Amino acid sequence: MADSGSEEIAVIGNTDLTPSESENNLKNTMVEKGTSLLKMMEISVAEAEKRTGKNAVNMQETYTVYLIETRPVDAASEGTNPVPDSLWRRYSEFELLRNYLLVTYPFSVVPPLPEKRAEFVWHKLSADNMDPDFVERRRVGLENFLLRVASHPDLSSDKIFYSFLTEENGWKETVFETGFQAKADSRLKALNATFRVKNPDKRFAEMKHYGDELQSVISQLLRVRARAADRLYGVYKVHGNYGRVFSEWSAIEKEMGDGLQSAGHHMDAYAASVDDILEEEEHYADQLKEYLFYADALRAVCRKHELTQYELEMAAQDLTSKKQQREELATGTIRTFSLKGMTSKLFGQETPEQREAKLKMLETQIEEGEELVKERNAECEEFVKSAWVDIERFKEQKDHDLREALISYAIMQISMCKKGIQVWNNAKECFSKM
Amino acid sequence: MSGFVVDSTVSSGNSSVAIPTDISGQILDLDEDDDLEVFSKDTTVTDGSSFNASMQTSPASMINQYKFEEDAEDTKDIFVTVDNPESHVTAIETYITYRVVTKTTRSEFDSSEFEVRRRYQDFLWLKGRLEEAHPTLIVHPLPEKFVVKGMVERFNEDFIETRRRALHRFLNKIAEHPIFSSSEDFKIFLTAASGELTSYKKQGPGFLSRMGETVKAVAAAVRGVRNRPQEFTEMQEYVEAFSQKISSLDKVTQRIVREQKEYLEELKECGPTYALWSQSEEELAEPLKDVAGCVDRCCKETEEQVKNLNDNLIPVLHEYALCTDTLKAVLRRRDNIQADFEAKTEALATKKADRDTMRDDLDKAEDRLEWANNALKSDWTRWQKDMRTDLRSAFVDTAERNVNYYEKCLAVWESFLHSQRTDAEGNGNVDFS
Repeated sequence: MADSGSEEIAVIGNTDLTPSESENNLKNTMVEKGTSLLKMMEISVAEAEKRTGKNAVNMQETYTVYLIETRPVDAASEGTNPVPDSLWRRYSEFELLRNYLLVTYPFSVVPPLPEKRAEFVWHKLSADNMDPDFVERRRVGLENFLLRVASHPDLSSDKIFYSFLTEENGWKETVFETGFQAKADSRLKALNATFRVKNPDKRFAEMKHYGDELQSVISQLLRVRARAADRLYGVYKVHGNYGRVFSEWSAIEKEMGDGLQSAGHHMDAYAASVDDILEEEEHYADQLKEYLFYADALRAVCRKHELTQYELEMAAQDLTSKKQQREELATGTIRTFSLKGMTSKLFGQETPEQREAKLKMLETQIEEGEELVKERNAECEEFVKSAWVDIERFKEQKDHDLREALISYAIMQISMCKKGIQVWNNAKECFSKM
Repeated sequence: MSGFVVDSTVSSGNSSVAIPTDISGQILDLDEDDDLEVFSKDTTVTDGSSFNASMQTSPASMINQYKFEEDAEDTKDIFVTVDNPESHVTAIETYITYRVVTKTTRSEFDSSEFEVRRRYQDFLWLKGRLEEAHPTLIVHPLPEKFVVKGMVERFNEDFIETRRRALHRFLNKIAEHPIFSSSEDFKIFLTAASGELTSYKKQGPGFLSRMGETVKAVAAAVRGVRNRPQEFTEMQEYVEAFSQKISSLDKVTQRIVREQKEYLEELKECGPTYALWSQSEEELAEPLKDVAGCVDRCCKETEEQVKNLNDNLIPVLHEYALCTDTLKAVLRRRDNIQADFEAKTEALATKKADRDTMRDDLDKAEDRLEWANNALKSDWTRWQKDMRTDLRSAFVDTAERNVNYYEKCLAVWESFLHSQRTDAEGNGNVDFS
């Protein structure tokens, strides 16, 4: 994995992207030095198609598939443009891939998928999964997901990921064969750990709290923004009525007619301009959504830490209790309550032989316990180390990406204002000729 | 220096002011004294309030009345303002009065400055008097008596302010009108103390004579007009169409204001959300706070813009919507006068008795009709010109304010961008253009 020292930027294979979209993707895929996969291949989600087929319960269903194209980087830079390798994948396969990555790399902040169902919609936006605009935005989101994984220092070298991109058939089976599902932590186990852990690393506790706040505030922002977009749409569209009335009015006026008529055209243009404006803003919303979902991934890492820490604590606690029991048995003093102790009080002391046997058992258990604690301690430390590295990486990426998003939002507002100035100046000229 | 035509005079020896040329036929005899004389008019011709249909004045001299001059702007010699609303409480009622200040150089006024207080009823009275005296002239509409929609009580601050502005415009339109501005009623309205005005009001034509006029009008209306000249039919068609268009525009603009207000409500929550977010962040705290600030500033500008629409465009559209009612009434009255004439013509042809009186009546009716038609035609031209000017400037003004609004918001976001650029670490990946 040679580090060429220059930053690679994911090349987007789909030429149908609008300039703002490629800009969006460029900004979102700041590639780390040392990542391997993206240096070797170009990845894109080029198309989306509707399919119908029989599902697991033998019922007809319609679903969308996405075309993943890959092409070796060298080929493109040589000037020849070979046909890229490609295969089709459904959203559910992306989900499977991600779940696999979540279980296999619990210390990584795993990039999120675009939303399963459209949320934070305003009235003109469709909540229908089959709506072409939704499908298009999802295509962009899926591509973004792949590029993020491909540029992640740990995830990009995963074999399952590689075969996801390159092997159409049998990939699902391969994933299941890894047995990752068995390794997944149960929700209950995780929740239990969260409540009972005594000494989680402070940084992780803070990170989890941050993840909560980030999710809450971005949700709120997306909601408010969607409502404002809805209203703005109304404001612009009502101006279209001016166009109609001016036109009708101009028909009954002799001298004012021309000015009115042309002003009316500008009002129509103004009303129409809101569609593009809001479409662009939707890209901004998508950027925010990505980090809304990233917050979840961040919290998952923190929860995993709590779990490993809790398991360490449990093992340590268990060891301590066993040691205490041994001490009591050896010295004959009973400090801890035990059923054995009670029964021996009631039914008489045990024989020396019995005590001997018990001590021996305890010794073995203590030995095993110490091994376990060592093991878990190492696990915990290892996890904290790796996870914190990735969290730091994530923080940097987040700060960069969101700052870019805010800048692009400002650029959008500026563009909207410029359009407004132009239209109203034109209208003013027409009005003055009334 | 006899036979020397001099421009109109002013009582206090200030610079002279040009006079409308309809009085240019009259030559003044002046002293050689620099103190110019008080200008004396032939009141039978120019004082509309003392005119009544029974006067034997030739149509020719009357037609001269209605050459409305273009340079009225330069010759503005009367300035009226309506301000300072005050509430008055009596045992019977509560009402608002407005201060009416008049500054004028006209000689028929005893002084150059007047300040009186008037209530809405007084304005209504003035309007009624002007319409009575000039049935086929177009009087600018008054603000409505009481707007029911969304109004809790009529002493709401916004309502009073809107009404005050409309009353101000009303008086200024009267002052700018070549005929109305020399009305005696107008003068009394501007200058009389409250008590004087009340007693003057009681003087007008009595109830019975007013009833008589109304009866005649109804009778005429029932008869209907037979041979309406084409130009008045065209006028009526225009008024119908114009009325629809202007009321549509009024509605559209009100809808825009409503939508803007709702947009503003939502936008007001964006800034605080960005600010809230900035509290959880470190690197991002600055840019997020800046964005919050930008959004808040844009909110203020939007608020300003909504207020402008409300205060400037909507009242004008609304007034011209009300105008169409006036225009329809004026056309109706003209029709009635013609119907009356036609009826009298018929009567003369059929009846045998009283031919002399009937012929007299007929002549008067004919004069009245001709006078009414000419008055209407001239005032129609004047009104159309006014309408064009008013609406054009209202729309130009609105467009300008919108440009201004976008320019201010543009500046807000550009300064944000600028501050981000100067903070940027020279990241070459970012395209700022």
